[in-house]
Amino acid sequence: MIGALAILLVFQLVGEALVRSSGVPAPGPVVGMVLLFLALQWRGALPDALRDTAQTLLSHLSLLFVPAGVGIIQYGALLREEWLALAIALVVSTLVTVAVTALAMRAFIRQRAGNRRRG
Amino acid sequence: MDRILGGIWVYLAGSPLLWLTVTLAVYLAGQWLFRRSGGRALLNPVALAIALLVPLLLLTDTSYATYFSGAQFIHFLLGPATVALAIPLYIHWERVRRLFPPIVAGLVSGSLTAMLSAIGIAWLFGGSPRVLLSLAPKSVTTPVAMGISEQIGGLPSLTAVMVILTGVVGAIAAPALLEWLRIRDDAVKGFAIGVAAHGIGTARAFQISTLAGAFSGLAIGLNALLTTLLAPLLARLFHLTP
Repeated sequence: MIGALAILLVFQLVGEALVRSSGVPAPGPVVGMVLLFLALQWRGALPDALRDTAQTLLSHLSLLFVPAGVGIIQYGALLREEWLALAIALVVSTLVTVAVTALAMRAFIRQRAGNRRRG
Repeated sequence: MDRILGGIWVYLAGSPLLWLTVTLAVYLAGQWLFRRSGGRALLNPVALAIALLVPLLLLTDTSYATYFSGAQFIHFLLGPATVALAIPLYIHWERVRRLFPPIVAGLVSGSLTAMLSAIGIAWLFGGSPRVLLSLAPKSVTTPVAMGISEQIGGLPSLTAVMVILTGVVGAIAAPALLEWLRIRDDAVKGFAIGVAAHGIGTARAFQISTLAGAFSGLAIGLNALLTTLLAPLLARLFHLTP
């Protein structure tokens, strides 16, 4: 568990260091994720401890967003003034994004299936 | 007695232990409620926890800075958790590789839709430039979205709040919407939820299946990269300055 956590932190650290030193506008943890993925591919096997720790962490992903979400407390005045624009933008935009992404993917999957059938 | 209680409160209020513990307790209570209700989507654990913590902070006259000095230990784990998304991605890589063109299509259209629709709708309803800029990266995972917001002139901490609310909306509504659109493929479901609603959506996607969760996790990473590249361009294109 501690070993697996150390692996995750090392990859995050390397990701952050690479981002800072190269000036690439990519988020450090995402670079860390890509590097860990490449390392696993190269190794060709997934250690059980790493799999279990990742599963534990990801099954409580919701919890990790709570502290930032409580930050809403600082924006009482702004939310009172602009709540309508914010609420409509958030709800409509999120739903439209889900729909557009899913429909675009399905269209591509169907098109390829069609090509394969014809070809 | 009051003096003793007061003394304890002064000690606890100043140490990170109190709000760290309260955040965990509230989250566990939310999970218990969620399970007791038979997994009702409306009782989203993040929304529940926030809805309980905000009145608690107001009642005890606790500032967000004080709260965060305790809760930051939980917030910190977002980094390693993002790195950990490599694991479901590795497990499901064969499937991802085969779906590569649809993934690119979904990512580009979804990422653009997320930013353009948020900016456009908020602008139509009279949102200020600061709010528009803070909203633009709302579909990206918290630490990344805060960085983008800062870069384009939004308010990072407001962006964090918008990101969380977006995630909650997505987690609650996306599964029903996908059902209505007759999307049957768990890979497509997961990816769409991840592009629109990042980690909170991914937590929901893992409840559909681990395949949906893996694709949702993949979407978090890809959308974080693409939004980082596109958001500054869009902000310049629409002449948005705070």
